[in-house]
Amino acid sequence: MIRVQNLVKNFGEIQAVRGISFEVQRGEIFAFLGPNGAGKTTTIKMLTTLLRPTSGVIELDGLDPTVHQHQVRSRFGIVFQDPSLDSELTAYENMELHATLYKVPRGMRAARIEKLLTLFELWERRNDLVKQFSGGMRRRLEIARGLLHTPKILFLDEPTLGLDPQTRNQLWSHIQKLNEAEGVTVFLTTHYMEEAERVAHRIAIIDHGRIIAQGSPAELKQQTEAETLEQAFLKLTGFSIREESASSLDQMRAFAQMWQRRR
Amino acid sequence: MDVIYVLWLRQLKRYWRSRGRVIGSLGQPLLFLLALGFGFGPVFRKAGQGDYIQFLAPGVIGMTILFAAVFSGIELIWDRQFGFMKEVLVAPVPRLTIMFGRTLGGATTALIQGFIVFVICLLAGFRLTHVEQVPLAVLFMSLIALMFTALGTAIASVMSDFQGFQLVINFLVMPMFFLSGALFPLMNLPKLLEILATIDPLSYGVDGIRAAFVGVAHFGIQVDLAMLFVLSALLLGMGSYLFSRIEL
Repeated sequence: MIRVQNLVKNFGEIQAVRGISFEVQRGEIFAFLGPNGAGKTTTIKMLTTLLRPTSGVIELDGLDPTVHQHQVRSRFGIVFQDPSLDSELTAYENMELHATLYKVPRGMRAARIEKLLTLFELWERRNDLVKQFSGGMRRRLEIARGLLHTPKILFLDEPTLGLDPQTRNQLWSHIQKLNEAEGVTVFLTTHYMEEAERVAHRIAIIDHGRIIAQGSPAELKQQTEAETLEQAFLKLTGFSIREESASSLDQMRAFAQMWQRRR
Repeated sequence: MDVIYVLWLRQLKRYWRSRGRVIGSLGQPLLFLLALGFGFGPVFRKAGQGDYIQFLAPGVIGMTILFAAVFSGIELIWDRQFGFMKEVLVAPVPRLTIMFGRTLGGATTALIQGFIVFVICLLAGFRLTHVEQVPLAVLFMSLIALMFTALGTAIASVMSDFQGFQLVINFLVMPMFFLSGALFPLMNLPKLLEILATIDPLSYGVDGIRAAFVGVAHFGIQVDLAMLFVLSALLLGMGSYLFSRIEL
């Protein structure tokens, strides 16, 4: 479903992604793990047409994202690290807008929206403004929205960041159910190793822009003689903390969080 | 077409639902109208220029639209990182369509804001001398709204955060307002001021609105219209180009 070969991305002098290759099979849940600044988000952006690779080949469902931009876009759904809902609109209005943007046939819209909102336990709240929703509800709505146009691939960039264990648990159950029911391929990143261990069929670990290990959770643990995936991860990537200097984006993020709490 | 409509509608809904903010943003024009309008009124009359409210009202309407439009354009900075614009930018929709939907929505809300201030001006004693030219005034107001929303979008497309925001307000938006002839007649000005007023896009908007409502013009309606059409087209083109190059 996804095939990446020798993918490279440079930002000026900085090499963010240095020639990575991997494949994701149809119907698989694939976890892409790595410390901060390893190149995870840059890779997702290239896979989802938001950034042009410096060099290398990407294929999504047999299509090149840099050439067939719109066809590729209608084949995946994405949940970003930062919120992307319109909080002044209701849950239902957010879903309707998405249906229009992705040209979901009119006859199917209402039924599909109802099905997904029910599945994610938001149907009762469909006419409430999103700004009244909790973090977990917003996340659920974003995932439901990402699935509205029946994509073949669902990208989840740290979907459980800032959620409590109950909400995280429920969210992954939903995603596993969907993966089984609709056969949607899931590509995810997370910093919670136990989550990846629980849901992912296969895992790739990226560090300093290179993939340093690939395999099922069991294989990775075996390779490193570790008991948990977290230990395996630390053995592979080392114990040193990656210090990233705060960018203006981080400042805006901090402000956004403050702002949300106030409301 | 569908997409342009829903993006437009989205912004109207947002506007309607944030009535508190709308009332807040009327404070500034109101202050200008009341403090300057009634404060400078006697001086203006003594100078033989007639009723200052008659002169000032079109300027305050223009100012309201300028600010509302630029802000709705600049909102993009926030919207594309923490808001809905990110969702729109990865959708299988051409960037040009998104840009038009968003700009039309922003311009429409700025126009509504202008209308509200127009009604307030009438309540404050503003009297139309050419009622039949109201549609012409609306055309001028729409052009200003469109032009400055596009300008805001263009600026937001190249700015990655709010660091430059103060700069834009203090060195672009404020001067455009103060030098536009919104507050004082553009006759017999020092040369430098006259040049600045001539290159200020808002000058033509304010002059047009004034000409349509009360029949007093500095540049003349034809010049105003021509300049505004050209500038709107130019800024829309520039905004679209820069918008299409946004990388997230």
